[in-house]
Amino acid sequence: MSKEIEDFDADLSGAGQDKDKAGWFKRIKKGILTKTSEKRETQEGLWTKCPECNYISTQTELKEQQYVCPKCGYHHRISSLQYYDILFDNQEYTELFTNIRGRDFLGFTDLKPYKKRLEDFWSNTNMDDSMRVAVGKAEGEGLVVAAMDFAFIGGSLGSVAGEKFARAVDHCIQHRLPFMCICKSGGARMMESAFSLMQLAKTSGKLSQLTDAQLPYISFLTDPSFGGITASFGMLGDLNIAEPGALIGFAGPRVIKETIKKDLPEGFQRSEFLLEHGFLDFIVNRKDLKHKLAVVLRHFRN
Amino acid sequence: MFLTKISGYPSEILNFDAYQEEKIMPQDQVRQFLDFEKPIKDLLDEIELTKERTEKTKIDLSDQVAQLEQKVAETRKNITGNLTDWQRVQLSRHPDRPYTHKYIELMTENYVELYGDRNIKDDKAMVGGFATLDGQTVMIIGQQKGSNTKKRQLRNFGMANPEGYRKALRLMKLAEKFNKPIITLIDTPGAFPGLEAEERGQGEAIARNIYEMMRLKVPVICVIIGEGASGGALGIGVGDRVFMMENTWYTVISPENCSTILWRSWDFKMKAAEQLKLTSAKMKEFGLIDGIVPEPEGGAHWNYSVAAHNLKQQLIASLKELKPKDPQQRINDRIEKFSRMGFWEEYKQ
Repeated sequence: MSKEIEDFDADLSGAGQDKDKAGWFKRIKKGILTKTSEKRETQEGLWTKCPECNYISTQTELKEQQYVCPKCGYHHRISSLQYYDILFDNQEYTELFTNIRGRDFLGFTDLKPYKKRLEDFWSNTNMDDSMRVAVGKAEGEGLVVAAMDFAFIGGSLGSVAGEKFARAVDHCIQHRLPFMCICKSGGARMMESAFSLMQLAKTSGKLSQLTDAQLPYISFLTDPSFGGITASFGMLGDLNIAEPGALIGFAGPRVIKETIKKDLPEGFQRSEFLLEHGFLDFIVNRKDLKHKLAVVLRHFRN
Repeated sequence: MFLTKISGYPSEILNFDAYQEEKIMPQDQVRQFLDFEKPIKDLLDEIELTKERTEKTKIDLSDQVAQLEQKVAETRKNITGNLTDWQRVQLSRHPDRPYTHKYIELMTENYVELYGDRNIKDDKAMVGGFATLDGQTVMIIGQQKGSNTKKRQLRNFGMANPEGYRKALRLMKLAEKFNKPIITLIDTPGAFPGLEAEERGQGEAIARNIYEMMRLKVPVICVIIGEGASGGALGIGVGDRVFMMENTWYTVISPENCSTILWRSWDFKMKAAEQLKLTSAKMKEFGLIDGIVPEPEGGAHWNYSVAAHNLKQQLIASLKELKPKDPQQRINDRIEKFSRMGFWEEYKQ
């Protein structure tokens, strides 16, 4: 036992061997002897550190907690598929409109051609674009859920997301189902120029048809929801709800700070801030999401 | 005078015909020139000199003046014929360009300006009211920019706050109630990105406008008369017909901001302008707008009357076409029109 403790005293630089120098620390054992080949690597992504409170939890623990920090309740950013697993009964659902994907109509090139960018994302992720649409049941209540993926070009809203959203609304009208959109996006996709701007009008127009069909639409805002999202379907819900602590706004905090040349108050553009200013119906913890959603849908239906 | 004390605006602004102060034509004041307009400036200076010489020497030089004037016209034509995309963006921001009130003044009679959103305040960056266009009453709304530093500040450079968009919506609903067509004139570098704007729901205000404009029972015509940047433009830009004046731009972000985000530097704004394909010609080609309104040679700032006349003719023609339609049909067509916008491919997995 005592010998093991000695290891802590070992001078890792090895300078302790030099007896001419005053020996505050002496290396009694040799340094680390484990061969590189015998070194056991910790698997990537096995542990996750909470960006809010630095609490370290294992992936399995985090998954059980639906990616909410067990210590401080921070909601980690998750993908559309993870939301589907949380929302739908027995994790059963059907993904719709999976055969649409983007193309570089404008030949847009910034630091990388848009075409190349798309191809890279297609091959590096299992996504076709920044939005998925699925139909399933939450506590027995049938609904269509469009969900955005931040991992695909910042969840940006382009033609594909707009078209999927439009078809999802058509599907809802055809099958008399409520509609929910899980927003998670930095805004409109600049590489599609004015076409991406027109998706704001396109999606809003479709929501107008959903209103005429008297079907409910719930906008669920998650971290982050910005720009074209809040300027269209993100704020047009019969209910606008959000996850705790999500950043939601029209202009980004950096742009605002540059414009007004003042520091922004703490909690600015967080869900709680929006609720205080009257733009959200309620904030819901991820764990309660499914149940609360089902309750609300029953209220709409009965 | 007591009004001044209440609202805190300088008294000259509280003139109820506020738009009248921006009446002066550029011909009457000191003209401003962009870099690429320099050849025109040189010619105009030469004309001025020749005229002075005529007065001094009493020699008739009118032939020479006429020749130079002919040359000015040619140069104006050449300049607008060969503009780069970035130069067209610059032209759309020309300090002498006509703004919303100028067009209202030149196209309509009996303009009654209406103020306020009935909630918070009156946004000076968004103006509007009833007016008579070709004998019929219309509601005409638009972003207003100022013509000098003081007025530019008052108008917040044409960047509306949420109350501006809510004011616009209030006026549109008013027009709908009395079955009057709506015309919107768009000229904005974007919705204002301020702290109070966020507190009062800038995103929500624009989203609500887009949604409600889709559902308006009366004909809606939108025209980009200067800058058409992003949600700030679309917030009053959903209509049965959308037009662009010839030297304007309309896209999802200003070239400068696009450059800072995608190229991570302010220096690529010319390239960004090119890549964004934001000119009226390109937008027409893509089918995102319904038509281009021609401007006088050299740009709208060379002759306000011609610019306003061209726009007026377009508005009259479009109203004639839209008015007889059934309101529900118009709404369906409007939604259908925007639903077609976008590009994607369908593939088999």
